[in-house]
Parts: sequence; C-alpha cells; structure tokens
Amino acid sequence: MAAEREPPPLGDARQPDLEELEDGEDLFTSTVSTLESSPSSPEPASLPAEDISTNSNGPKPAEIILEDDREDLFAEATEEVSLDSPEREPILSPEPTPAITPVTPTTLVAPRMESKSIAAPVIFDRSREEIEEEANGDVFDIEINVSDPEKVGDGMNAYMAYRVTTKTALPMFNKNEFSVKRRFSDFLGLHSKLATKYMHVGYIVPPAPEKSIVGMTKVKVGKEDSSSTEFVEKRRAALERYLQRTVKHPTLLQDPDLRQFLESSELPRAVNTQALSGAGILRMVNKAADAVNKMTIKMNESDAWFEEKQQQFENLDQQLRKLHASVEALVCHRKELSANTAAFAKSAAMLGNSEDHTALSRALSQLAEVEEKIDQLHQEQAFADFYMFSELLGDYIRLIAAVKGVFDHRMKCWQKWQDAQVTLQKKREAEAKLQLANKPDKLQQAKDEIKEEIEEWETKVQQGERDFEQISKTIRKEVGRFERERVRDFKTVIVKYLESLVQTQQQLIKYWEAFLPEAKAIA
Amino acid sequence: AEACASPGMQEGLDDGPDFLSEEDRGLRAINVDLQTDAALQVDISDALSERDKVKFTVHTKSSLPNFKQNEFSVVRQHEEFIWLHDSFVENEDYAGYIIPPAPPRPDFDASREKLQKLGEGEGSMTKEEFTKMKQELEAEYLAIFKKTVAMHEVFLCRVAAHPILRKDLNFHVFLEYNQDLSVRGKNKKEKLEDFFKNMVKSADGVIVSGVKDVDDFFEHERTFLVEYHNRVKDASAKSDKMTRSHKNVADDYNRIGSSLYTLGTQDSTEIFQLYCHIPLFYFSQQKIEARVSADEDLKLSDLLKYYLRESQAAKDLLYRRSRSLVDYENANKALDKARAKNKDVLQAETTQQLCCQKFEKISESAKQELIDFKTRRVAAFRKNLVELAELELKHAKVTGIYFCFHFRQLLFHRIIEVGLEGTL
Repeated sequence: MAAEREPPPLGDARQPDLEELEDGEDLFTSTVSTLESSPSSPEPASLPAEDISTNSNGPKPAEIILEDDREDLFAEATEEVSLDSPEREPILSPEPTPAITPVTPTTLVAPRMESKSIAAPVIFDRSREEIEEEANGDVFDIEINVSDPEKVGDGMNAYMAYRVTTKTALPMFNKNEFSVKRRFSDFLGLHSKLATKYMHVGYIVPPAPEKSIVGMTKVKVGKEDSSSTEFVEKRRAALERYLQRTVKHPTLLQDPDLRQFLESSELPRAVNTQALSGAGILRMVNKAADAVNKMTIKMNESDAWFEEKQQQFENLDQQLRKLHASVEALVCHRKELSANTAAFAKSAAMLGNSEDHTALSRALSQLAEVEEKIDQLHQEQAFADFYMFSELLGDYIRLIAAVKGVFDHRMKCWQKWQDAQVTLQKKREAEAKLQLANKPDKLQQAKDEIKEEIEEWETKVQQGERDFEQISKTIRKEVGRFERERVRDFKTVIVKYLESLVQTQQQLIKYWEAFLPEAKAIA
Repeated sequence: AEACASPGMQEGLDDGPDFLSEEDRGLRAINVDLQTDAALQVDISDALSERDKVKFTVHTKSSLPNFKQNEFSVVRQHEEFIWLHDSFVENEDYAGYIIPPAPPRPDFDASREKLQKLGEGEGSMTKEEFTKMKQELEAEYLAIFKKTVAMHEVFLCRVAAHPILRKDLNFHVFLEYNQDLSVRGKNKKEKLEDFFKNMVKSADGVIVSGVKDVDDFFEHERTFLVEYHNRVKDASAKSDKMTRSHKNVADDYNRIGSSLYTLGTQDSTEIFQLYCHIPLFYFSQQKIEARVSADEDLKLSDLLKYYLRESQAAKDLLYRRSRSLVDYENANKALDKARAKNKDVLQAETTQQLCCQKFEKISESAKQELIDFKTRRVAAFRKNLVELAELELKHAKVTGIYFCFHFRQLLFHRIIEVGLEGTL
C-alpha cells in the first residue's frame, strides 16, 4: 500500500534543525533508539513532545524562522498558532498543545520570501497585477479573528453577533487593529456581493458557511445545551475560516465591500440573504434554471486543460464527499465510545466498591479512573477529528462547488460569444439581402441601420472573444492558486492532526503505566 | 516492504484482524489455580462446527484406576455438558458446593447472519472490499468458535479440579463412554417443569433471604454476593458496549484510510499523493489500536460474564444452605410438637438429626467453597487486569513509536526533500 521510498541521506546541515527542536519530555527516546532505523536516517532525536505539566509550547518557532527556506517550512508545520479568543479555551484541550487550534489557514506574520518583505507601503503602491503576481506567496499582512458570539434580542428575532477583529499593517486600512460586530447575514451579504462581482469573470470566491435553520432556531429559542454551544462554536470557526480565505485572495482583498465589511461600524442589513425571503427563492429558481442551461450548452472545448481540470474536480468532489461522510461517522462513533467508556468507568467503580478484597477493590477503582481519563482523551480526539478534518473537508466540498461554478461561467461566456457571432452572421445576411432589394427610399435608411447594428455586433463579438480569453486566463490562475492553497491547507491540518494523535498516544501510555503497578499489587 | 517499519511490529500495515494472535485458550485465565495434576487432566483437544451444532472432542489423561485406559477421547455436544451440569445441581450430596456454572450455548447466529448478508451484498462492493470484509467476518466467527470451546473446557477443568465433583460417576461416564449419551435436548414438558422449579426457587429465595443468618460469615457473604452479582452484570454489559464502540471506530478508520488512498492515487498533484499516504499510515495503525482495545474490552467482558455465572452459582449455594436451615428449623419445631403431643417422637428426632447433619455439612463445605471462590476470583481478576494494562501499554507504545518515528521521518525527509518550494 503505502510504498515508502528510502529516505535520502541527510546532510549535516540538517542535524542542527533536529537538535533545536528537542524539547520537553520524550517517552520514546530509549525505545526509539533501539528501533532498527534505516541506515540513512538521522539519529532519532526526540520529537518535540509536550510536557503536559509545564506550559511549554513545543518547538520555539522564533529561533528557527527565516534562517533558510527549509527550516522555515518546518517551522510553519509546527508553529504555534495562537488566536486570542478567550471563549475558545474551554473547548480546547486543557493541556497546552503546540498547534491544535481549529483549522485556520492563518497568514504568517513574517513573510516567507526572505529577500523581499511584502511590507505595508509596498503593496499599496503597486498595481493590481503586480500584487497578483506576487500572490504566488499569498502572504499579506492581515489577520482576521472571529470571536465573542453574543446573543442579541429574544425569541425568533434574536440573532448571534460576532466580533470581527482585523490586525493588519496594510495601509489600505485606516487603522492597524480594529474590530466590528457582525451577524451571520452580514457575512452572507458580503459573499453575495463578492460572488456577483467576481465569479462571472472567473474568480473563485470562497463560499460562505451554510445556513442552518434548525441550528439557529435552537439558539434563538434559548436552548442552553451543549449542542447549541457546539453549533455556535462551529459557526464561529467557519466564519473565521471564510474570512481568512477571502482576505487571502489578492483581488478580493482590494474590494471596497470587503473593506467596508471589516471596517465600518454600521453595515446596511443584507435582507436578501434570508432563506425564505423573496430574493432567496429567486436565487433558488435561478440556480435551477442555470442547471437546466448547463445541460443544453454543449461547448466545443478547444483547450484540453479545461476538460482535464473539470474531470479532475468532478473526481475530487466525489472522493471528498465520501471521505467527509466517513469522517463524520468517525466523529459520531468516537462520541459514542466516549459515552460508553464513561459508563463503564462508573460501573467499574461501583464494582470496586462492592468487592470485598481490599487490593482488588482498589485496583478496580483505579481501573475506573483510568477509563474515565481515557474517555476524556477520546472526547478531545473527537474534537480534533472533527475540527481538523471534518470541517476542512466540508469547506473544500463547498469550494469545489464554487470552482465548478466558475467553470460554468466560462461556458456561459463562451455561449454569449457564440451567440454574438450567430447574431452578427444573421445581421450580415440581412445586409446582403438588403443589397439585393429594390426599394430605394427605405433602403438607405435600412442600410444605415443595419450597418450600425453590424458594427455593434462586431464589437460585441470582439468583446465576447476578449471576455472569453480573459475568463479562461483568470481561471487558469485561480485554479493554480486553489491547488496551492489546498495543498497547504491539508498539509497544515494533517500535521496538526498527526501531532494530536501522537499526544493522545503519549497520554494513553502515561495512564496505563500508572495503572499497571496497582494491578500487580493485587495479592 | 516498509523501509521504515520496525520488524518488531507484527501487524504493520497488515489488515488482518488480531484475534488470532492472542492466546488460544485465553479463558484458562479465568481459573488460575487449577491443579492440573496427573490424577486427572481434561481438555478439549478438537472441535468441529457443523450446520447447527458443535462437536467437542473431550480428551482425558488419568492415572486413576476408575478408568479403563490412561488416555482416551470422546465426542460430546453442548446438550451433554448441560446434562452433566444439571445432574450436579440435582444431586443432594453436592448441595454444599458451588457447582461450576454451565457453559453458554454456542451461538453463531449473529455471525452467520453477517456472513450471509455479506454474500448477498457482494455485487455492490469492490473485490478488495469484499475479500477484506469476508476475512474479517470469518475471523470473527473463528473467535466466537474458540471462545465457546474455551468455555466448555473451563467447565470440565473446574469439575476435574474439584476434590469431590471429580469423583462423580456421571462425570466419569461423560468422559469415558464413547457412545452418544442420548440426552437429547429437554423436551417441552421437561422445560416447563424446569421453568416452574426456577420460579419456586426464586419465590423461595425471597422468603428464605428474609431470615437473618446467625452466622456472621454467611450473613456477610449473602449481602456481598447479591450486590456483587448485580454490579458484575452491569459492568459486563457496559464493557460489551465499549467493545462495540471500539470496533465501530476501528471500521471507520479503515474506511477513511481507504478513501484517502483512493484520493491520493487519483490526484494529480504529487504532493497531494504524498499527504494521502501519511494519513493512510496512521489510520491503519489507529485501526489496529482500536481493534486491540476492542479485544481487551472483550476479554474483560468475558471475565465479568464468567464471574456473573459463578457468583450466581455461589448464590445458589447460599440458597441451598438457607433452605436446609429452614428445613432444620421446621424439623425442630416438628420435634417440639411431637414431644408435646408425645406422638411419633422417634421419627421426629431422626428427621431433626438428619436435617441438622445436612445443614452442618452444607455449612462447613459452603464456607470453604466461598473462601475458595474469593481466592479464585481475586487471582483471575489480577491476571486479567495485569494483562489488560500490559497489552494496552505495549500497544500504545508501539503505536506511539510508530507515529513518532514516521512522523519525524516524513516531516524531515519527505517535506523537505520533495520541496514545497516547487509549489509556492
């Protein structure tokens, strides 16, 4: 299955990297060194393990960053991302973990390209194209947090308000740090505006989080249970990821609506975003119409790249959906496991109480405690499974829908161009007919009209062709960007997820190690 | 072959379930201090599963003169074990002993159903998926089979180890008589009789348990056993649920691993392929972890279930003793009455003496039985708990090392080597 290639021999240059990252207690050093490692691998250094009792934060990114590209990459992988959101702390694992935060492909504060520093004034002065060129790095000095969900109002008119905090050195903004209060429909409104402006010219506009009538109703009605807290937290994290993705896009970052959203204290309410509003229904009807149209447009694809990409995205979509379903099942079963473990722990404690042999009684109580702690671990792992994996997959499924949408726009653009050509052709035929006709007085007027129309349509055809070429060019760039982002996102998440798995293992070992002597002490 | 895998890890990326790697006769653990002495050694050397019955080959080695040969085997079915057990229960002479609990009926229905469903759904899955699932179900079937063999064996071993029961004639017949014992399953009438008997017993139990025992030892034992029995029942049920959950999680990991692999192979980006292989690695290991946990839960469950049955047998013993105490007291009253009326005094005296003897005999052996029960129980739990902790620890370490080692290797070699610079 996983065909692992022999890792190449490491140069000496890399050794220092390993040493620098040794930190904290490592439970595996002795055992690791006895493992039969492949000859070309380095001396197993300790993994940046977490000492649970201290507050250390794993590898110290500050020391490593920017020495050279490679170290930089590793630093990025295990860099601690601290998003200051106080209400998120209780939800996170109680142990300080290096990089386990909800998925947020955050932008680095320090730019990755070491020679140029994409500092504030430079961006502002450059033209839009130059910024887009440099977007290869996709690093802008802007960081967005969504925090402090607050219920405003009562009953069915209530809503959640979120604080959107922006930290930036970009001069296009008035201040370096500012925050505003926004509600969910504001986010939807923003997306709606951006989508209308940019999707039809080929830009992949990140989709907003989904509406949930059930979820919101529970919150509105004031149900103060864990599922509604979870729902709010899920939404908050999704909104944050949404904004992060949006500001990462060099073109969208320039948009005045986005700036207004981030900066203005008052925002006109986006009423058209309500699910059951007139506008909402109109949207649904349009979507249906689009779907029908798509089926009737048969495009002569001259560019194999597009055909290939479309097929790829189709496949990716299917696979991601399948994976997403599996991960959701995992999250569900993990929660069940956690509940069952907790129930067993209680039962074992009761059994220990009734056992009249002292040492056995104590051991059973200890077993109950171990199982309880393991239950905690399962819960945290479920959290990690969910936030790191499941949500990311959901995001990408929606993103791919946006990508497909953009491809559809290109098709429509092509259709428009073709239609213009057809119309032009018709006009020319009409002109030719007129040339052969015999009515002199009306003729000149008609001829002039037709000439005008032909000119008009010639322009339209040219415009259509230009538009089509432009959208194709844009899409190519966007798809490239999307692919890079995707790799980066998944890499970040997977690294964090694997770290969480390692941590869970370390904890499990600690618990069983503590229990074993108790079991042996039964006499 | 895995370049990075340590040879010490037996499973690696093997997808086969781990049931087979554990001790075959694992349930011997339940009865730790069985004196397997030369005088009488019994085991189940073979078993055959046919359509709806299991045939056990009971193998005996004995130096006792009671048997014609020193070593011999017979074939027995489940009903014959039950017959033997019931004959002990019904024997008044054994009233003062804890009768080893009967083994549960072999139950392959669930497993068979699953295999059948799999066969029906063959068309809807890929060949690999089908083969894998089939392997897993077959392993499950095998595990159940092994367990039922072990349970039957434990029963026989307990009888063979008991100083009094091992001499029982029915037991010797069971071991030696190489024809069918013709104890076909109880017919309806007999089953009904049993049902009434049990009902009377439990009604009686309520009455009898109301009588407070003069003897502190037995009073304590009764209170203890009733509570213990209930709690063991609860713990074993909860442990079963944990097992199921662990299995579910393992299956999910398996599915996720497969999905990621497909994703990786279909994706054009070389880097993406890489990242799909990493999770695949980990998910395989996680799956193994979860399966091991499920196995351990199962072992714990089995232990608890066994002690559920044994504690019931101990309760039955207490019940029998109480019954004989009631009989003794009744005999006393009858004697007093007889003396008062001066009628049938001799008969009443004899009855009273017999009851007294019976009660005292039962009390004496019951005391020892209950003490032995405790010793056995403590030893069995100790063994199981130590094993549980050691196995969980070992696996957690193996997984941890596996993760750490590969995590680091991949992080340092793969990422840097492949060079994300190319994609930036």
